[in-house]
Amino acid sequence: MKNNPSLPNTLSRNLSIIVTRYAPLMILLVAIVVFSLIAPNFLTFNNFRLMIRQISFVTISAVGLMFVMVSGGIDLSVGSQIIFTNIVLALLMSSTYGLSMDPLIAIPICIALGTILGAANGFLSNTLKIHPLIITLGTAYIYRGLGYIVAGGRNIDGLPDSFRVYGQGYVGPIPVPIIIMLVVVIIGAYFLHSTYFGSRVYAMGGNQEAARLAGINIKRMRLTVFAIGGFASGITSVIMLSRVFNGQVSTGSGIEFDALTAALLGGVAFAGGEGTILGLVTGVLIIGVLNNGMQLFGLHDYYQNLVKGALLLAAVGYGEYQKSRRAKETIDIEMAENNQTNSP
Amino acid sequence: MEYAVEMKGICKHFGGVHALMDVDLELRQGEIMGIVGDNGAGKSTLMKILSGAYQADKGEIHIFGNQVEIHSPLDSFKQGISMIYQDLALFDNLDVARNIFAGRELVRGPLGLTLDKKSMYRRAEELVKDLRVDIKSPKLNVARMSGGQRQMIACARAIAFQSKIMIMDEPTAALGVTEADKLLGLIKNMKDLGLSILLITQRIPDILAIADRVFVLKGGTRQDVLNVGEVTLDDIVTLIVKGKDAQGEMADDIEYQSFG
Repeated sequence: MKNNPSLPNTLSRNLSIIVTRYAPLMILLVAIVVFSLIAPNFLTFNNFRLMIRQISFVTISAVGLMFVMVSGGIDLSVGSQIIFTNIVLALLMSSTYGLSMDPLIAIPICIALGTILGAANGFLSNTLKIHPLIITLGTAYIYRGLGYIVAGGRNIDGLPDSFRVYGQGYVGPIPVPIIIMLVVVIIGAYFLHSTYFGSRVYAMGGNQEAARLAGINIKRMRLTVFAIGGFASGITSVIMLSRVFNGQVSTGSGIEFDALTAALLGGVAFAGGEGTILGLVTGVLIIGVLNNGMQLFGLHDYYQNLVKGALLLAAVGYGEYQKSRRAKETIDIEMAENNQTNSP
Repeated sequence: MEYAVEMKGICKHFGGVHALMDVDLELRQGEIMGIVGDNGAGKSTLMKILSGAYQADKGEIHIFGNQVEIHSPLDSFKQGISMIYQDLALFDNLDVARNIFAGRELVRGPLGLTLDKKSMYRRAEELVKDLRVDIKSPKLNVARMSGGQRQMIACARAIAFQSKIMIMDEPTAALGVTEADKLLGLIKNMKDLGLSILLITQRIPDILAIADRVFVLKGGTRQDVLNVGEVTLDDIVTLIVKGKDAQGEMADDIEYQSFG
């Protein structure tokens, strides 16, 4: 006799899969509809342009962080990488305190520095064999400390006007940060979803030991994904400095928490191996819409944090509940199959 | 005779424990050799050395007559060796095709970066069809598949890359009777395709059903290699439990419970 689950059970399972898969999108749509109704000026082109420019910084960092997370790691030093690289970049270009370097030379140096800081996280994870959470907590303090030391208590001004374009410029009606964000998202999506490298990142996050046995060089992969995270931090640093136009140690501080929240809201698994760039972008948009909509509605920051935290717990909690339910169903099905095949 | 695999004087210890002591193994081309022994006999350790998961402290490995150095799973793969682990080493978060091609993805484009998904799914579908695995699509996630389906996906992985030597670690241990029979049939098919197969198992009847020879380990030392056609289950069990010094004795007093 074949094991046929009942129709209501099948429907309920399929419904739960659909709800889990599209939950971030549904949350986003509900948020947009609600704020369109209650917040003045929410549903306008200018507001959406403003909102997307606001989230472009987090999105770029989050794409880098996503590589690390899908591989099964975590990077808590993203904000600190931005603090340090943004100060170094400001010093390289500043005519008041620094080297008056041309932005076209200083920017690659800044991005390369970000990449090195990210790679250092990977190197330390490989050599110390400690969970990246601890490693990057430690390097977060180090990078932040370095930023403060190099800044020496100064707000670094005297940046060249030609540097404004990256954070303040427009191409037609579209702000440059949005264009850079789109480029990063597209390249990130290509590498993660359409290359052998991306496929290995998912494999590594799904089962690290199996990946090793399949001949995947885990140490090199870990180094690379952290370097990609640092590379993204370097780009974010450039845009943020250009936007603020003043080298400050507060720039980028805490951005990793928004990036992490967006990734988790968008379906990236904390344990690794799962998530899509589209989901991540949806997650960042949820954060952006909530921040923007609540501001327009007149809610204080305190309430925004309250809502974001509650939403994160609800979304991730529901996802984990669904996963454990499906795992239990799989075990039940296997046991039923074994009982049938082993019975005389 | 040129062997598919020849391991000579393999030694391995973990701390103060000698897992393998001067073990020699010869696998003929196109044969199925059962590797048996009690728990801790060194079966998995010996095979993990061949697959590159462990490195021997001492000894030589020859593949088709050539002495080789195997320091990693990739080295082993380059020698045409695939190992299917007891815990399967599959990726629950990936679909069938990506599991089959994990670590050896098919690529296209001038830089060799872009996944050739079309070819991967087509090839995976062909493999699944050839192996008569009951899987509707190579795009299905493996997380919800049965033990037998997962074993067959692991076999498809090896076949996809034209491995010449396959190591299987307890492939039928977690399977029901029907699925185990299907898998044993598949192993025989793979032998017919020219693969040389090393089969670690506690189920002696499996060995008697499909193997040509059986290699017996006890306490990290080689006991004997027997032709399956010339021995009984009792002979093998005696060798496993009492070692070569007791070979020829009757196994009446041995309680053997590992038939699964």
